[in-house]
Parts: sequence; structure tokens; C-alpha cells
Amino acid sequence: MSYFNATMTGRARQLVSLYPEPRSALVPLCHLAQEQDGWLTPEAMEEIAELVGVTPAEVRGTATFYDMLHTEPVGRYVVAVCTNIACLLDGAIELLAHAQERLGVPVGATTPDGLFTLEEAECLADCDHPPCVQVNHRFVRTTTAAAFDRLVEELSAGGHAEDIPAHGTLVRVRRSGGLRVDAGQIARERAAQEGSG
Amino acid sequence: MPLTDAPRIMTARLGDPDSYTIERYLETGGYQALRKALTMTPAEVAAEVDAASLLGRGGAGFPAGRKWSMLKKDPVTSLVVNGDESEPATFKDHLLIERIPHQILEGVIISAYALQVTRAFVYVRGEFALGLERMEQALNDAYHHGAVGADIFSSGFSLDIVVHPGAGAYICGDETALLESLEGKRGFPRIKPPYYPAVIGLYHQPTVVNNVETMANIPWIVANGGAAFAALGAGRSCGTRMFALSGHVNRPGPYEVEMVKVSFRDLIYAEELGGGIRADRELKAFIPGGASSPWFGPEHLDLPLGQDEVGQAGSMLGSGSVVVMDSSTCPVRAAWRITKFFFRESCGQCTPCREGSGWLERILYRIENGGGREQDLDLLLDICDNISPGVHWPPEQTTICPLGPSIPPSIASSLLRFRDDYLVHIKDGGCPHG
Repeated sequence: MSYFNATMTGRARQLVSLYPEPRSALVPLCHLAQEQDGWLTPEAMEEIAELVGVTPAEVRGTATFYDMLHTEPVGRYVVAVCTNIACLLDGAIELLAHAQERLGVPVGATTPDGLFTLEEAECLADCDHPPCVQVNHRFVRTTTAAAFDRLVEELSAGGHAEDIPAHGTLVRVRRSGGLRVDAGQIARERAAQEGSG
Repeated sequence: MPLTDAPRIMTARLGDPDSYTIERYLETGGYQALRKALTMTPAEVAAEVDAASLLGRGGAGFPAGRKWSMLKKDPVTSLVVNGDESEPATFKDHLLIERIPHQILEGVIISAYALQVTRAFVYVRGEFALGLERMEQALNDAYHHGAVGADIFSSGFSLDIVVHPGAGAYICGDETALLESLEGKRGFPRIKPPYYPAVIGLYHQPTVVNNVETMANIPWIVANGGAAFAALGAGRSCGTRMFALSGHVNRPGPYEVEMVKVSFRDLIYAEELGGGIRADRELKAFIPGGASSPWFGPEHLDLPLGQDEVGQAGSMLGSGSVVVMDSSTCPVRAAWRITKFFFRESCGQCTPCREGSGWLERILYRIENGGGREQDLDLLLDICDNISPGVHWPPEQTTICPLGPSIPPSIASSLLRFRDDYLVHIKDGGCPHG
């Protein structure tokens, strides 16, 4: 264990213990690594591989299948503009063009200050508020260019710390029910006690 | 309930901004259906759900009761709930997860009891950060309330539930891809047979996979009886259903209506529902059941919102999303964007889907942007025919999962209905809609 910090290590072990097969924790662990560093570093993938009993290549192979898992650095705020059918009918292409202009980067790129990464999203399931925009997977409902600009300004000034955590933090609620202590963890603690006693 | 006096099974609690909290849920009769279910035998609970004739609300419309009874031979080991809502223009599960997580959980617990499984997984789409937080909080509160965990309400029945986050992949809405994803792998749909996770599911063991809205119906069915649910709607389409209405209407939104008793015209034009088309424009076409469904035109407005009724008319209710396109809509652009979506989301296992989607997308893009040729129109249909021979409805299945055969319907609908629009694009060298 060297990649995850002390708090994250405890959470990582808890995640693995939730599933009958450790590998099921692979994607949740990737989210956890992104919470720590904002993206999925090679070191993170190595440690996740160890935690769930697969090779680092299998972790990478799985992670690269999913849009939300980033194997390269992204900005503090990942801005996703949906242009799928319902949003398309309500000015999404125009809003995405505006977003590129306002942020000064094309789709897929990160601003030089490392604050924003712009993405063109597929349907985000908020189609009664088109065009749909998410920042770090939070629905921000900035349906106009003016509202979008205002949000970018607020985020640039350090606003929204409460409602839009830095990229990677997905779920801030910690599971507290039905937790069993991982058998491996018990074995490790016993071994440590025996070693010290 | 607009238009009929049917009960509001999904939406009764939504007027309250705190509907997601356990306090409000308990105040409004929450977890009473679970208490009732625990006084019944598991078989009696399953029989009520069977009697309700509840068709799965995920998109395929498979009878939920039958899904459960398929497992009689081999005991099921896991219940998996599909909350990976990603079908374009579908936004009802998003709402239910954020606003009534306890109602979903209560349905999960009752279903687990009926199936006698001791573990359940609620797979929530990764992009629903707030929904994931609300569901995780609801689960914590349900554990502390004694509704989940060991010896639920002193009944002797125990169940553990895990809320599992997705990570962004449309294909994981397919139940076998979802199971692969839940096992920590790429979301590749599994090769059939076996056709059903009830045979081989999670960790190669019999598994039931149900949609979030399906689960949220279960408490009402147990509380009021399957017969009361079956009395709503007509034919095979029983109960109420959530419809996600979007596009060029005055009041886009999620609406719960009694099945079959309400028509597309009601949904789009009724004051208390869609409120008509914006700026009083004419209806050009509408998508009746998600991006995979063939489009309908004004002549279909009076069709009732029933699974068989819509199926017989050549399309499907699918995921319950209706997209309205007015007279200003460019049908080439709409078909192009839907095809681009399938191209991006194809998992890449099957050649017709992987190659066909990209080829079709490039042709539609060049027609929309002034590079189209007249022979492109035949080429589009020819490629569609290669993905799903005959290009008819329901589509011929040629690939591991239904994603590939879902590509032709929007293209065929757009092109066959609005061929003149395509010809204008080609002749004028671009889109007349600007």
C-alpha cells in the first residue's frame, strides 16, 4: 500500500469488502482514486490491481472503457455539454460552440490554468432543462450562454465549493450500514498483533 | 393524476422538496408495505406482483412477475437494480433516484424477500452524483431504521444492499453488460444464449435484473394488491407509467399517466401535460420511445400509450421518452445526432454495429454539411440493411446486443418520411434550416 493515503486506504478496503468478488470493487476504486488525485494515475491503477487481484493492464483496460474514468489529467472542473437529441432541438450545438469560445479550448481539452476540461456529453437525463450542462457530474442548469459565463466566472473565483467539489469526488455520503469487517483485514491485524506481541 | 383519476404511484411524493428523506418517507406511509410483505409468505408476495401484470419499465417491457418465476428451478442469488438510465431523452429514473430513493429501496427489499435473496445491488448511473448521494444516504437511513440488514423488522429475513456507481457507458444499461460492469469489467454485453440473467447472471449465478421504476411500483402493489394495479390501464399494459416528455413542447417534463387511457395527443397537447407545441408550430414528427424507436408522425397522435398498441403501429414505448419535433426541425440533423450517439456508445464487439454506426454517421454528417450525394440515400438504407436485414420493425437482431439493430430505425424513419428534406440538402449543398 503506497498509492492511497491513510483515509483512502481504509475506504478502499471497505469497498472491496462490500462485494462477494473483489473485482466488483474495481470501478468504485477508480472513482476513489479520482477523488484523491482528480484522475487515474498509473500508480493508482497498480494499487487497484493489487487490491482486487488483477493485473494493472486489466485495470487500465477496464477503466478506458468508461467515459468518466480519466487516465490522463483533467481540469479541476470537467464541464460537460450535452448535444444529444432533446438538447440538440434546443440550441445545444450553439451552447457548446459558445463554451469552446468562452473557455478558449476545443472539446476534449483543458484550459492552460488547469481549471476546466470541456466535454461534449451524450444524454445526461435532464432533458426537461435543455441544453443540459454538468460540472463534475452535478447538474448546473445553465441553459443560456449568459448563465454559462456567470458559472465559469464563479468557479474561476473559487465559488461553489459546497455544491461542486473538485473533479473526482462523486459521492460524499459514507456508507455506515451493514458493514462487515473484511476477513483479510482481520487476518492482517492479527498478524500485526502477533508480530508485535 | 391528469386526465384520469388513477392513483399517483410514482409521483405522489414529488411535490415535497424533502421527499428523499427518511423522515418524510415514513410520514407518508413509507416502509408499511414492507412490514405487510413480511407478514406474507414470499410466494404470496410474488403472486401479488404476478397478478399486477407489471411490465418492466426499463425499455424491453418484459413482465416482471415472469422474470421472477423463471427462477423457480434454480434459487436466485442476487437481485440487481438497473438505474443506469442513459437512453437519449429518458429522464424518469434520474428523477426517481434523486427524489424517492426510499420508495425504490422499499421495492428492492420487498422483491428480495419475495425472491429470498440476501444480497442486492442498486447500479446507479455514474453521472448522477446527487442521485448517488441521495441513494447512499437513504440506504444508511434504511439500515438504521431496521428496514435493511440483519433480521429486518424482527422478521428473521436478512438482506444487504450495495449502491454501485457506474462510470459512463450507455451500453451498461443492457442487463448483461450491466452485470459485466458490476463484476468490474468492460461493459461488454454477453453472448446469448443463455438469454436471461435468470439462467446465468452475476458471478455466473441466477440473477434477477429489474429497472428502478419497476422497483418503485412494488410497494404500492403490495399495499393495494396486484389486482388493483392490474385494474389500471388496459390489455397487457397495466398501472401507471412515467413518461419523459421533451423537445418542442411548452411544458417538457416527467409525467405519470395511466397506461392506455392517455394518447400521445393528450401527452403532447393537454394543458396539464405537454401544453402543446411551442409558438403554435406544427408537429413534424415525434420519437415515441427513446432513440432506438422508429419515429411517428401526426397521424399517430391518437394512439394510446400502451405497449401493444404502439408496438402494433410499428414502434415501441421503449424507455418511456417522447421527443417532439416541430416544423422547424431538420430531420437530417436529428438522425445524424442520434446515429453519432450510437457510434460513440457502440462497445465495438460486433462488426455491423461498430463499423456501420461510424459509416452512417459520416454520411449523415456530409449530407447535413453540404457534401451529400444523391446515391448516399440508397447507401444509407443499404448499410442499415446490413446491420439489420429488412430494416423492419421489430428489427432483425444480428449482433450480441440490441444496440446495433437500434441504429437503423431513426435513419429509416427520417429518410423515408422526409426524403425531400434530404434531397434539398444535397441539391443546395447544405442545411436549409441553417
